[in-house]
Amino acid sequence: MTAADGAWEVLAAPGLVTLQDAGRVGLAHLGVPRAGPLDAPAAALARRLVGGRDDDAVLEVTLAGVTLRAGRARWVAVTGAPCAVQVDGRAVAHGAAVRVPRGAVLTLGPVDAGVRSYLAVGGGWDVAPVLGSRSTDTLAWVGPPRVGPGTLLPVGRDDAAPVALDVVGRARRGPLRVVPGPRVDRFAPGTWERLCATAYVVGDAADRVGLRLLGEPLERVDERELASEGTVLGAVQVPPDGRPVVLLADHPVTGGYPVVAVVRRDDLAVCAQLRPGDAVRFTVS
Amino acid sequence: MPPPLVRPFGPDALLVEVADAVAALDLAGFVRDAGLDAVEVVPAAETVLLDGVADREAVAAVLARWRPGERDHDGTVVEVPTTYDGADLDDVAERWGTDRDGVVERHAALTFVSAFCGFAPGFAYLAGLPDELAVPRLATPRTRVPAGSVALAGTWCGVYPTSSPGGWRLLGHTRATLWDQARPTPALLPPGTRVRFVPA
Repeated sequence: MTAADGAWEVLAAPGLVTLQDAGRVGLAHLGVPRAGPLDAPAAALARRLVGGRDDDAVLEVTLAGVTLRAGRARWVAVTGAPCAVQVDGRAVAHGAAVRVPRGAVLTLGPVDAGVRSYLAVGGGWDVAPVLGSRSTDTLAWVGPPRVGPGTLLPVGRDDAAPVALDVVGRARRGPLRVVPGPRVDRFAPGTWERLCATAYVVGDAADRVGLRLLGEPLERVDERELASEGTVLGAVQVPPDGRPVVLLADHPVTGGYPVVAVVRRDDLAVCAQLRPGDAVRFTVS
Repeated sequence: MPPPLVRPFGPDALLVEVADAVAALDLAGFVRDAGLDAVEVVPAAETVLLDGVADREAVAAVLARWRPGERDHDGTVVEVPTTYDGADLDDVAERWGTDRDGVVERHAALTFVSAFCGFAPGFAYLAGLPDELAVPRLATPRTRVPAGSVALAGTWCGVYPTSSPGGWRLLGHTRATLWDQARPTPALLPPGTRVRFVPA
């Protein structure tokens, strides 16, 4: 594959940039994380704006932006964390379909707020699926390799007409809505209330695997080691230090830390855009 | 027999508690064969996770029909050629009250079953080591265990699919490829597979 075949060439990718589609389902029993975009509604909006399909791959661009040269003319759309978008140095819209001519350079600048932006292209990024998905899992690196300078990204054939108008949903603000987890009984009485009353702050180690929170530790009363058990997207695990971790798309499929709560699926998009130092609260769903 | 304990795990998952890993494997197979509508069926050490369950009442009906131990476990046997040269071979020999040859003889005589995968893609927890041969994990995990290492922890045996940190006691290594994401069946030892180690 060369750029002459119409692939788009990545010129710069200073932060983490990965391909993400609907995720890799049905392989958890082999130890394979699901992956998929952390801010799923933003990724879906980008796909819709270019007239794409639900399972088309988009680029998830973390904090620092990305620069690509178009190997073929295509519609693109950038959604999620707001950032400056330019085509050959000229400012274009965020959250709308934009035509990029063949040979032009598309630049997403560093984000102004939030963490993750999404770049969809007409026809989708047409890399070879791995185990049924074009998503890259960053825990075990199942899937297409990380996108970096020199990566060539083929684009799909269907360059459908873009959607003229779409609703750019406003990200929900406020506390993360939770339901009790399966291991509430492993914690001191009143822990559930404590979880929902504590002001947490996002720690430095926040990635696609989990959102690690700092704050008053929760108290485990049953210190027997929990046998490894399957876990779900949005599970709030509590390691021995008592500080909760919200499991995100690349979480390990099994874990030995008790789960005190589960964050509602709709609120995980909020987690996707939180930065180290941001305040987090939980509330009963 | 009372039905297994089922714990809700968020809005669309259930965690079913069972006696042990062999029962979990049994239940996971039963649930799959029953055609239960779940996105993921994940057996583990003492549980089966059913994730992406649309109809919880259907789950209850399926679980009520399950009888542990009724299913046939004569799955495929995979032989894993193993060179017994692990860094903890002498340590394990001492714990078992034997010598290196005695460890090889006992380990290679066992038939294990892959109960579940976790830790890393294709890392199978192999059940079948008798309780009296259980060995504790290392107090301080190694920062790097090479891919292909054959190792023990508790009553589990495992083979590291990729090099990673690890606290299991190393018996030896194999050249077999445990995980290859380009293969149609990427894991060499998916749950249910029976496993024998053959001295190379």
